[in-house]
Amino acid sequence: MYPEQPPGNGEPLLRIEALVKRFGGFRALDGLTFDLMPGEIVGLVGPNGSGKTTCINVISGLYSPDGGDVIYHGRPISGMPSHRLVQIGINRTFQVPKPFPTLTASENVRVAAAHGRCDCTAVDVDALLASFELDCYAGRPAAELNAGQQKMLDLARALATGPSLLCIDELAAGLNPAELVRVAERLRELARSGITLLVVEHLMGFIDQVTDRVIVLNAGRGIFEGPLRGAVTDPKVIEVFLGTENGD
Amino acid sequence: MPRTMRHILVALVPVAAMALLPLVYSNQLLLFNFVVFMILAQGINVIYGFTGYLPFGYFGFFGAGAYGFAISIMHLRMTPLPALGMAAIAAVVLALVLVPLFRLSGAYFAIANLAAGLAVYQVVSNPSLDNITKGPYGISLPAVFDPNFSYGIALVLLAATMMTVIYLRNSKFGLSLQAIRDDAVSAAMAGVNVVRLRVMAWLLSAVIAGLVGGVFAWYISVFYPQTVFSLDFSIFAIVFALFGGMTTILGPIIGVVILYGIYNLIGISTPQYFELVYGLLIMGLVLFQPNGVVALFKRWGIDVP
Repeated sequence: MYPEQPPGNGEPLLRIEALVKRFGGFRALDGLTFDLMPGEIVGLVGPNGSGKTTCINVISGLYSPDGGDVIYHGRPISGMPSHRLVQIGINRTFQVPKPFPTLTASENVRVAAAHGRCDCTAVDVDALLASFELDCYAGRPAAELNAGQQKMLDLARALATGPSLLCIDELAAGLNPAELVRVAERLRELARSGITLLVVEHLMGFIDQVTDRVIVLNAGRGIFEGPLRGAVTDPKVIEVFLGTENGD
Repeated sequence: MPRTMRHILVALVPVAAMALLPLVYSNQLLLFNFVVFMILAQGINVIYGFTGYLPFGYFGFFGAGAYGFAISIMHLRMTPLPALGMAAIAAVVLALVLVPLFRLSGAYFAIANLAAGLAVYQVVSNPSLDNITKGPYGISLPAVFDPNFSYGIALVLLAATMMTVIYLRNSKFGLSLQAIRDDAVSAAMAGVNVVRLRVMAWLLSAVIAGLVGGVFAWYISVFYPQTVFSLDFSIFAIVFALFGGMTTILGPIIGVVILYGIYNLIGISTPQYFELVYGLLIMGLVLFQPNGVVALFKRWGIDVP
């Protein structure tokens, strides 16, 4: 159903080149390299500590890299402050949702709509909230929403800025099966509308449902790139996730 | 009626009250002090209520304003109104020097800010600066003493400060500041230029304190460095604003009326009970109504903006 590889024509939207991020002596990213094509949904998977969230943190400007480059639309963007990245079309959600707790759900989205990309058309905050089933909570402080609703609010807030590239950090964890199906459908819709998605996820069923291809990370490096069903038979991936037969 | 219009009408109530009270009550100095604390509490509201940075050294801006005013009168031969402009500039310059403090947060920011305020006091009161600041010997400005005019200007300043808070309550700028207060990382991911907006709020609250410091110097005309560089101004303004309710338009005003009122009632008649009553009031509020008196009104169904 999904293409094995994105079409090779055209420039990549995002190019990660030999990215390095160190925390003290620990290399969380150690020469990570990959491309994202426009409108693609790519899964970033790997064991805990393999650098998935660090990768998103570097792309979204929370950390500046210690080596390598992040190229967006052909321009190097590493080290740019987050709000500038947001304004050129890069946004993300958080593993643990980070709404503005004292602001209402509607105000949460309005802040983002007001500061997002200058070239995007006026955002319909109510419609955006409604599309995530948050319309009946619009006037309630975000602190009163449950964890699942806060995740949706994170996503709505990111979308209000009009992103071209959206990094999604473990959205599926903690959602119930019905919500998972709806969210997966919603992400595919976003990709169809032209937004490129980089999805970090542990839930392989979800990854299988939404992504075109996956990049498997281990110790800050990509060890596999391709469709998920290729990854599960790849010996290196199996070794990283399950260990080798002689118990190493 | 649109929300902003309603807010403006409500905000005019305390201004009008403070304008009319001198007609029926003769202790103008006491009323002036009420106005000063109302303005300071609103200044605290701007920086602490909207951005979450607790400025224990807020008195530094107040003192900088008072001295900026006095030095402009003494050495530059200015008239009081332009000298108030200099008071604001003095506070802004100090605020700009202190901008790097924003690398700290929480209690660390509060303490570093307190130290900065005390440092300015030490510099201003240094006897070696006698020919500029008159060092520890104090300032006297008999030529510009004009209690009625300066009281009027204080009222104008109170009105302007109220309008500033109304603007913050109803504007994109104020909403963005609250977003920064709630979560600076998320605010950046909403496209907010966190550093720039935070500095703007900081300068705004410094201007408020500098102007009211200048008016204070003008009104009392005789003061010492420790009169204006007094931690009491920070503590009182913070407690008043917290007691009334942060991020609201009337909260800080209500806090001043209740707490400064009590301070003047029992603090003078029976000072031995003052700290007991104050302590109990503040404890009760922190325990049962941490969002201030205004939140209490809201729970009773009375909408206080």
